[in-house]
Amino acid sequence: MDGYDKLVPTPTPDTQPYWDGLRDGRLRLQRCADCGKVRHYPRPVCDSCWSMNVDWMDAAGRGTVHSWTITHYAFHPGFKGELPYILLTVDLPEGVRMNARARGIDASALRIGLPVKIAFDPVKDDLTLPVFEPT
Amino acid sequence: MSLYEAGAVTGVGETKYLRGTDRSALSFQLEASLNAIRDAGLKPSDIDGLIPYGHGAVAEDFITNFGIEDLRFSATTPMGGASAVAAIQCALAVIQAGICKHVLISLGRTGYSGGRIGTRVQQMPQFKVIGEFEMPLGAIAPAQLYAPMARRHMELYGTTSRQLAEIAVTTRYHASLQSNATMKNPITIEDHQSSRMISDPLRLLDCSLESDGGAAVVISAPDRARDLAKRPVMVMGVAEGHPDSPSAITQRPDLTTLGLAKAAPKAFAMAGVTPADIDVAEVYDCFTYIVMCQLEDLGFCKKGEGGGFVQDGALGLNGRLPVNTHGGLLSQAHMAGMNHIVELARQLRGEADAQVPDAEIGLVTGYGDMGDGALAIMRRG
Ligand SMILES: [Zn+2]
Repeated sequence: MDGYDKLVPTPTPDTQPYWDGLRDGRLRLQRCADCGKVRHYPRPVCDSCWSMNVDWMDAAGRGTVHSWTITHYAFHPGFKGELPYILLTVDLPEGVRMNARARGIDASALRIGLPVKIAFDPVKDDLTLPVFEPT
Repeated sequence: MSLYEAGAVTGVGETKYLRGTDRSALSFQLEASLNAIRDAGLKPSDIDGLIPYGHGAVAEDFITNFGIEDLRFSATTPMGGASAVAAIQCALAVIQAGICKHVLISLGRTGYSGGRIGTRVQQMPQFKVIGEFEMPLGAIAPAQLYAPMARRHMELYGTTSRQLAEIAVTTRYHASLQSNATMKNPITIEDHQSSRMISDPLRLLDCSLESDGGAAVVISAPDRARDLAKRPVMVMGVAEGHPDSPSAITQRPDLTTLGLAKAAPKAFAMAGVTPADIDVAEVYDCFTYIVMCQLEDLGFCKKGEGGGFVQDGALGLNGRLPVNTHGGLLSQAHMAGMNHIVELARQLRGEADAQVPDAEIGLVTGYGDMGDGALAIMRRG
């Protein structure tokens, strides 16, 4: 055991490239190899043309705040020491959203449309989580 | 062909609702079921269809305990808190198909004494997507996953926490009038505003309870319903609705619209009524915000106007739309909305503890998982 006491993802063959990308400092998104539609979270089938052919692309790494919550209660003991923390729902220019913690963003600055950029937080040897920082 | 009046609620039953027990969830579910069957004037062995809430008792438990010799149908409707109302649609379909005469919909849980709702979420298969992509970030419990919907609504439409408080205050008052409710001390808007923040903008008093107990209803074929013990409550319209991006709220095109928005037009059209015809509404209330959002999705007001709609006691017994007259999940008990169906039937029979005078037509909604919805519209038979 490495002492990391929070919830960890269990990647599948469909999602592993996303997690590998984060570990390499890249935000990778699935793109349909046939019609080009970008999708997130990763999954086997394009909901636009039903193709199962998948490409992975590097996202620009920027976005704008769509919504948020500030958590004051630890629903899992591993997060107790981090309260309160901000969870952002962010619109990416690639046309999908993602969820990540805010780092270095003051709660009073939060508003719809606030620009943010992605950063990478290596929390343990084999796991890097995305975070959003001010631009 | 429609399910209009293809079935009726003929029996309702509950256990005592508790916060603390050493009993099993199974015993609560079976006790509530027996109460509902007796209320209808039936024998347990008369039940020929079962739609139990998921993660609880299964058909084998009922066959064994009730001595059912010829069970003809069993299924679950896996929509979290929308399961119970969605089960009504399923029951009507199998009754209309001639498969069943008396379908039992039931739930028992030890939500307070057993596995807590907030932690149970992590183990459910419909949550595998957020389990991989959101829970490791610290977005774990429904309060955290739903809060961004409420925040977006507030930012777009100016909805306030004090407006959400109105829902908590009115619901608690209704619970104070009940013979069977777990939280009966009235609260004020100031009590809500000073309750601790859970996941902004949701405070403790925006959140529902965790409870022990059981609730159940019997749905019967119309030709049988007329001969039973109680006045039947006819199901006029029913539908379920699945939201866009049902496994992750984060990816939903419109964060402020729920699956109920798809179910509502179908159920109202089937029933042949409009929101203006509704005398009483039992609206799934896992969180205050979810009540307000559903009132919009049902068409009682436009999207964005829910905050104003719920103000000034509008949801009280003498308000413009009495809502959650039993105290709901916020103050009676968290029975995943089964208690909302029980209460609607009692209102339309005229036997509720907090009776809306002359209630003839009412509705009950379910809301579950990441936004699943269901709606049933009923009338006094
Ligand atoms: Zn495609």
